Amino acid sequence: MKQPEQPVGVIGYGVYIPRYRIAGREIARIWTDGQNVPPVESKSVPGPDEDTITMSIEASRNALARAAVPAEQLGAVWVGSESHPYSVKPSGTIVAEALGTTPWISAADWQFACKAGTEALTAGMGMVSSGMSRYVLAIGADTAQARPGDALEYTASAGAAALVIGPADESLAVIEAMVSYVTDTPDFFRRADRPYPVHGQRFTGEPAYFHHSRSAAQRLLEDLGRTPDDYTYAIFHQPNAKFPQAVAKQLGFRPEQIAPGLLSPQIGNIYSAIAMAGLAATLDVARPGDTILMVSYGSSAGSDAFSLRVTDALLERRPRAPLTATYLARQEFVDYAIYVKWRNELVLG
Amino acid sequence: MNLAKHWRQKGTYYLFQGQRHKTTGEIRFPARPPMLGERADDWLPTVLSGKGEIYSFTVLRQAATEFESATPFALALIRLAEGPMITAQLTDCAEEDLFIGQPVEMVTRLLRRPTDKDGVLVYGYKFRPVLSSPS
Repeated sequence: MKQPEQPVGVIGYGVYIPRYRIAGREIARIWTDGQNVPPVESKSVPGPDEDTITMSIEASRNALARAAVPAEQLGAVWVGSESHPYSVKPSGTIVAEALGTTPWISAADWQFACKAGTEALTAGMGMVSSGMSRYVLAIGADTAQARPGDALEYTASAGAAALVIGPADESLAVIEAMVSYVTDTPDFFRRADRPYPVHGQRFTGEPAYFHHSRSAAQRLLEDLGRTPDDYTYAIFHQPNAKFPQAVAKQLGFRPEQIAPGLLSPQIGNIYSAIAMAGLAATLDVARPGDTILMVSYGSSAGSDAFSLRVTDALLERRPRAPLTATYLARQEFVDYAIYVKWRNELVLG
Repeated sequence: MNLAKHWRQKGTYYLFQGQRHKTTGEIRFPARPPMLGERADDWLPTVLSGKGEIYSFTVLRQAATEFESATPFALALIRLAEGPMITAQLTDCAEEDLFIGQPVEMVTRLLRRPTDKDGVLVYGYKFRPVLSSPS
């Protein structure tokens, strides 16, 4: 278990989910004549003018609005994603500039499949705890890629979540401790210069997602001397609707503990953002004194588990920015043709 | 690629930064160099609220190559809360969603997709109907 030397917490949080959706049955209509049972009801689709950078900017503006921290007081802007628009040129520089934090800022991009965002969060905790910066912005954002017709196409979606990390005594949720569990388990990867990732089918399950998520969560619970009953809420990584519910059950969490943060049935897997967006949705309903366990998972492979305790400051800060439900409610469904056009799958010559 | 041009405009494009007259308080957007008879320090940089309303709008169904992926899209005259009238693309909306006098808010989006795969990505302001909370 890792605990910051100086206590840290979440000062502000923000989420962004695009307006557009595609139904799982619409993808099944194209590829399986409607015979496949989709793993989620629908997934979010980025509009033609959206990418990891634009979504990071809106989620971060929401997080800063809740934190009420002037942007120039941030010490770092770190963006975790596996869909950075540039291979070479940091997303962080554009996001930092759009927030008004430049030039005295650290900015960088993080990569660890779906847990790049919580890697940025972990580093942010260290940066604040060490006293090098008072506030750090950690972002998870993705417009996830999937080969047309692949099983991933039903779930690979788009969204962003941002957390402002700062001193615990200013926080709306104290981060009590965290654990990282990492191995070389090649369940899912994308080689350099390849457009779509490949995955190991069933190999992505037990040796990968379940083993790593369980290991991180169990170790954190053991080290803190707690059980699932000590937590009001829990959030797990959501590659589909089934896995997070299964791992929660394996660990002994009840369905109502994960319900507020379970977003994948509606929006699919927003990759680097999904665990942090689940945390945001949970903070949207949490009350002071509530305890929250968040467990991310990134393929190939690792899990980060965090233990949080909500403070009185949440109630005042929550209304300062749109709730996750606001973004979930504005859904506009598109058909597969529009989806393909917007995802730049068409060769126009 | 106009790298220097886009770089110079980042205050306008990213931060929605205009100018405020230090004596009269008048706001202008986008920022511009002093006009004849003005002193260089008459106008101070100021970040605008990003709030406004639609004064008029039209829908583009045929657009230049860089905008093809987004067609059809709406282009609007927007009266900003601070007073200036600007032209901007609308996003996250369908034509039937729009009306004159509609409250809109600024968002940062990709302004166009470069036709050259080596081109720089240009981000900047667009407007969308104000987000409404679920009832």
